[in-house]
Amino acid sequence: MKRSYLLTIISASVLLVVPLLLAALLSSKGLLSQLDARNLSPSWNHLFGTDWLGRDMLTRTMKGLALSIGVGTAASISSAIIACILGLIAATLGKTADRIITWLIDCFLSVPHLVLLILIAFAAGGGMKGVILALALTHWPSLARLLRAEILAMKVAPYVIISKQLGKSSWWIATRHMLPHLLPQFIVGALLMFPHAILHEAALTFLGMGLSPHQPAIGIILSESMKYISAGMWWLAVFPGLCLFIVVRAFDMLARSLYSIIDPSRARQ
Amino acid sequence: MKLEAIGIGKQLPDKSWLFRSIDLSIRQGEIVGLQGASGSGKSSLCRILAGMDSPTEGEVRINGHLLPKRGYHPVQLVYQHPEHAVNPRWKVGAILNEGWQPDDELLDALHIDRSWFNRWPSELSGGQLQRICIARSLSPHTSYLLADEMTTMLDAITQAQIWKTALQIAERRKMGMLVVSHDRALLHKVCDRVIDFHAWTV
Repeated sequence: MKRSYLLTIISASVLLVVPLLLAALLSSKGLLSQLDARNLSPSWNHLFGTDWLGRDMLTRTMKGLALSIGVGTAASISSAIIACILGLIAATLGKTADRIITWLIDCFLSVPHLVLLILIAFAAGGGMKGVILALALTHWPSLARLLRAEILAMKVAPYVIISKQLGKSSWWIATRHMLPHLLPQFIVGALLMFPHAILHEAALTFLGMGLSPHQPAIGIILSESMKYISAGMWWLAVFPGLCLFIVVRAFDMLARSLYSIIDPSRARQ
Repeated sequence: MKLEAIGIGKQLPDKSWLFRSIDLSIRQGEIVGLQGASGSGKSSLCRILAGMDSPTEGEVRINGHLLPKRGYHPVQLVYQHPEHAVNPRWKVGAILNEGWQPDDELLDALHIDRSWFNRWPSELSGGQLQRICIARSLSPHTSYLLADEMTTMLDAITQAQIWKTALQIAERRKMGMLVVSHDRALLHKVCDRVIDFHAWTV
């Protein structure tokens, strides 16, 4: 059982590293227009074909994925840090702090992500900064709520109270009892944010509120390809879309398998 | 030298009283039984005596002093459900040695098998786990042991083994005990005196 989860984690990690490696290895020449190689369908020279300016779609897709993974990483880490701080404050600083933060979480969760994303990205002036800020400010509530609930439950868990009876200090209890329980939840929560962040980055860029058009982002590639699909250039949308799907699924599988391994109820396996 | 509850009461969030004006005293080496209906507040009283919860009124004193807030607590409580009282992420050996290192004599008396130490709590039965919890709470610094339905979930033979060991230790160390149980026969067999929680609170 554990072996199959490990296998999933390894294969998902490989799937995530491949676009990063290819993006680094492939020359930026592929991003330049080559007017004599326009609109070529997939072939051995251009595995993903070329676009209406003769740019190599494999290079654009891989560079775009690498950029998306980078943006997703920055946004997820910032979001996870926000979630961690707010979750901790809500669970430890008394009822008023808890009420304010719970209210804030409810507010953020009651508005659709995409609407908030567009508003924040627009207010921040778009571009890479706007996208990361918008993603970081909208993805924290569910993780903050989870951490708050876990800490509150652990504070009254009999084994934590018994540990205090056995003479252990609050610091000892926090590091030996609480942290080992919270850390996996935090890591998995942060990992599960990646696919969301990447998809939302692509969606924002697709809608024209995200990264600037000269950057090879998946959202831009997909958005531009819409104009050419009716002309039969299916490869402009299919390969980048498929790659985005694979990366998102890989992150999802990675997080779920990791959770299955570190979930206490499966400790026996 | 005694554990005293002086006029303690516990109010529920809806402002009704779970119990009020309870005076209880357990001398060193004395074994006191407590019986009463479910929900009458026996477990809440135990938690207050062990310093895990504070009373709405009154106070608990040990040898004339208020209960200590830090360090090893001289009043230890053994729960009815051992599976809640252990960290599921810790191996049994680590759980047992959390507060102190029980000696071989105690482990043998409680029939604790050393091969359990490398297992997870989920791999032990309730009875095995309860014996670990009892050993964990019987440090030489424990002056009073509160047994809240400690052996209710165990079979008769294991119950007998555990009570035999607990009573021997209580006698040897002059440790006071409060035994909470529905089992009148057990209470009358092991306790020096038995209090009816219902008669007390009405």
